[in-house]
Amino acid sequence: MRIAVCLKRVPDTTARIVIAADGKSIDETGVKFVVNPYDEYAIEEALKLKEAAGAGETVAICLGGDAAQETLRTALAMGVDRAVLLQSAAGSDGLEVARALAAELKGGNFDLILFGKLAVDDYNHQVGPMVAELLELPCITSVAHLTVANGALEAEREIEGGIEVSTASLPAVLTCDKGLNSPRLPSLKGIMAAKKKPLEVKPVTLGAGSLTLLGLSLPPDRKPGQIVGEGADAVPALVKLLREEAKVI
Amino acid sequence: MPPFSGVDFYDLTSLLSEEERAVRDTVRQWVDERLMPIIGDCYVAGRFPKELIPGMAELGMLGANLPEAYGCAGLNSVAYGLIMQELERGDSGIRSFASVQGALVMYPIFAFGSEEQKRRWLPALAAGTDIGCFGLTEPDYGSNPAGMITTARQTADGWVLNGAKMWITNGSQATVAVVWAKTGELSDARSVRGFIVPADTKGFTARDQKGKLSLRASDTSELIFEDVQLPREAILPASGGLKSPLMCLTQARYGISWGAVGAAMACYDEALRYAKNRIMFDRPIGQTQIQQVRLADMLTEITKAQLLALQLGRLKDAGRMTPQQVSLAKRNNVDMACECAREARRLLGANGILAEYHSMRHLANLESVYTYEGTHDMHSLILGESVTGLAAF
Repeated sequence: MRIAVCLKRVPDTTARIVIAADGKSIDETGVKFVVNPYDEYAIEEALKLKEAAGAGETVAICLGGDAAQETLRTALAMGVDRAVLLQSAAGSDGLEVARALAAELKGGNFDLILFGKLAVDDYNHQVGPMVAELLELPCITSVAHLTVANGALEAEREIEGGIEVSTASLPAVLTCDKGLNSPRLPSLKGIMAAKKKPLEVKPVTLGAGSLTLLGLSLPPDRKPGQIVGEGADAVPALVKLLREEAKVI
Repeated sequence: MPPFSGVDFYDLTSLLSEEERAVRDTVRQWVDERLMPIIGDCYVAGRFPKELIPGMAELGMLGANLPEAYGCAGLNSVAYGLIMQELERGDSGIRSFASVQGALVMYPIFAFGSEEQKRRWLPALAAGTDIGCFGLTEPDYGSNPAGMITTARQTADGWVLNGAKMWITNGSQATVAVVWAKTGELSDARSVRGFIVPADTKGFTARDQKGKLSLRASDTSELIFEDVQLPREAILPASGGLKSPLMCLTQARYGISWGAVGAAMACYDEALRYAKNRIMFDRPIGQTQIQQVRLADMLTEITKAQLLALQLGRLKDAGRMTPQQVSLAKRNNVDMACECAREARRLLGANGILAEYHSMRHLANLESVYTYEGTHDMHSLILGESVTGLAAF
């Protein structure tokens, strides 16, 4: 079983974000970067599938700057066999990123190509399905349960009020959702072993794309709450405010 | 409880290598996920959470600085220290478990053991399938181990061990003990040698020490040896004199100097969050000068202690660390952590006495840490002797 996992380096979800002077990027000073949390489900699933198959190879691929080597080494420390950095300034146009990834994945003879369902920095949900389209492979997004047997897979997606079950033949592209598994922590031995695993750096140039990022802004500060009273006596005042001021009922 | 994000006012993270940061983050997350949800209850119940041992072993936390050839992670001393820091951020008792297993059981077998002993014990201790304890301190010989009265007498086919050891972490759950005993006259401290004693050996018993008000989530026992017959090869061949167990203590004290920083960071973090949220006189208590002084003092002392621990680790990795430098760091950092825990507990007001919060647990734990592995006072005397050349003990 040959499995590719595509990763993104993103700011830690608990990081306090400051917008840089250009208004279009974040100030990375003091910000901790991590593997995109949804990509951790993809890594774990790849490792479990390879362990179950007893043979094969897992490859982590990341598009980004040199700092993304650390992101790849986290995947190697978790147990992925080798890594490829597509070295480039991170692009904001998902299609251009997908093209670069597809070019690397093509000819890699992978049975499965796994992504996180979205990257928590841009919430685009788009690179995985775009790669599938470019490679002309079947794609199932937001997979929360997966079984792979006899050259085919069955995947469950959690949709509003129920579960959707799909099948596809291999090779296929999947994007992984929370609930698929519990990602392992990189063990201390794994961290040491990661230094010795192959990490190939391949410079790539992204196309200009058709999107222009105009700017980033932080959400407005939350207004302080107000306490209108206590107990049942406060209900009329609360209802009045919810209706007239907040306009939610 | 939000994930712990550390205390790093001087960006000391930038002085760590990528592997060191990765090790710290793995252990930090493990503590958040596995230890923090249960530690309060374990402490109140007086129970060591032994169900955590397999997970600690799987991640490679036991004897993590020993070589990969023996099933260990082969980390450097700074990464090892960071493990101790993160574990003690959770609880001193859990860090004590890891310290004893790694620095006081695996280290002496690694440093003084035969190749056969290393192959028999180190992988099993790293995997947590064997649990170790370290018998040096005796009921009447704590700060003065040279006076020990436990003896190992040579016989035709081995050794016979007699005596008692006290305040032994992991004692009751240990499957193996590294025991120090005199092989010669009681007046001859140079005759102290180390022995590997499997816990199921006839004549060996361990009794829980009851009534502890500190390190309640840790197993502390008394060990008794009554005519314990050991084979010839039970002796650690390269051990010799009191220097050998003291070398082990230097390893453990090194880890403690990091661990105490973790406990202090936990208390500061809790105090800071509480100060920002607790409203009194219509404003957060963190907006009062008296609590700001508390927080500023804690942050300053923690930052200094972090620098001490890190430089000590760099010296250790360079092979230039002295036992006296370890004494300074253990003495300063544990004392500092005691002060932080006490101030944090006070800042938390009445809530601070509850097990739901962590500062008072750390405060009670740290009183043991202040006393064990060389009391604060003994480290003062070691430093005093080091600078004057005059021994006061």
